Amino acid sequence: MENKMVLAAEGHNPILPAPAEIIVGFVAFAALLFVLYRYAVPRFEKVYQERSERIEGGIARAEEAQAEAQRTLEQYKAQLAEARAEAARIRDDARAEGQQILDEMRSQAQEESDRIVSQGQAQLAAQRSQVIAELREDLGRQAVDLASKVVGESLEDEARRRGTVDRFLDELDAASAPSTSTNS
Amino acid sequence: MGALVLSQGGTFEPPGVDSFFLPPIFGEVTKPIVLVVLSAVIVGAYFLIATRNLKLVPGKAQFAAEYIYDFSRNTIARDQIGAQHFRPFIGLIFGLFTFILVNNLFGIIPLIQYPTMAKIGFPVALFLMVYVVIHTVGFRRHGFLGYFKHVMFPPGVPKPVYILLAPIEFLQKFLFQPVALAIRVFAAMFAGHLILLVFTLGGQYLLLEGSALLKPVSIVSFAFAILLTFAEALIQVLQAYIFAVLTANFIGAALAQDH
Repeated sequence: MENKMVLAAEGHNPILPAPAEIIVGFVAFAALLFVLYRYAVPRFEKVYQERSERIEGGIARAEEAQAEAQRTLEQYKAQLAEARAEAARIRDDARAEGQQILDEMRSQAQEESDRIVSQGQAQLAAQRSQVIAELREDLGRQAVDLASKVVGESLEDEARRRGTVDRFLDELDAASAPSTSTNS
Repeated sequence: MGALVLSQGGTFEPPGVDSFFLPPIFGEVTKPIVLVVLSAVIVGAYFLIATRNLKLVPGKAQFAAEYIYDFSRNTIARDQIGAQHFRPFIGLIFGLFTFILVNNLFGIIPLIQYPTMAKIGFPVALFLMVYVVIHTVGFRRHGFLGYFKHVMFPPGVPKPVYILLAPIEFLQKFLFQPVALAIRVFAAMFAGHLILLVFTLGGQYLLLEGSALLKPVSIVSFAFAILLTFAEALIQVLQAYIFAVLTANFIGAALAQDH
């Protein structure tokens, strides 16, 4: 070997560490670890944390919203059922009430009509008896007048005259009674 | 630098251990020391800037940063340590993964081309920190004697076997596993870089010094160097991942209720 290298002459052993290298290597790595622990790792971890929170928070929020929706739905259903029952109840009540009112009005109308009919009948009867009384008087007077004219003399005897007229009218009544009963 | 020597010499000087020992840039400061500081600055600055204004819905830049963080946090830390206890260790695992990743990738980045983890001093520095963390966590959780019992006397073993098992478990947990952690990444980076050097310098030597017939062979050598650079990229990412996963795994084991 004609190599004149100075270093080679010293006979290097690659297995023996140089103290300077150990120290520099150690310090350099320690400094790197410091930087990584101080800045890089916390920053990365923060993002990881935020990411997982975002995901978990999203899921939690979704679950919450779903539960809320379910709760509201049930509430609405309950309210709806209640409202339906209420409506049915009101309808039944109204129907019953309507029926009652109808019945009342019907009976009232019946009463009213009965009343009107009976009143009319009574009025009719009163008028009829009045007419009969008037006619009887008139007929009696006219019959006497007629008879006076026919006889040519006044029938002065009032007691006799009244008796005659009355007897005549009674006979007339008896004769016309069947016809008036059929007419009325 | 080796190339300079080669062009002067004429015989092929294969790259070796000395290829990793570059003359200091000034004073005691060497290239790997500059690179390791640079890597810490790159990772720190990147994540400082990337996390400055994080949004719930990430943009492209944020998505990239978050992807790396998410990978360290969920795929490595949470899966290995368990969802209950992993939070305090997120930064450590995240830092280990990104720091080692950048340092390893220095091995194939043009002009830098020096995997700092190929210098055992840096894996050892990380190993020291991880070692302290793992066992502090274990002692805190199980108490001083409780932790030794937790490590040395795993349940479900016939009693006489403990005579053999206890020392083995002790050495395993307190020495072999953590040391292997440091050596693994060192060896992978060291070997990988050496292989790239062999093919690159070999190709260069063939091109410059070889006879007319040998000169075309250098193309094969360069092709291999390029091919292996891709393989190296994979290994570099993988080693960073392995370091982080094993650290998380050891922390998880130290925290575990039962062995």
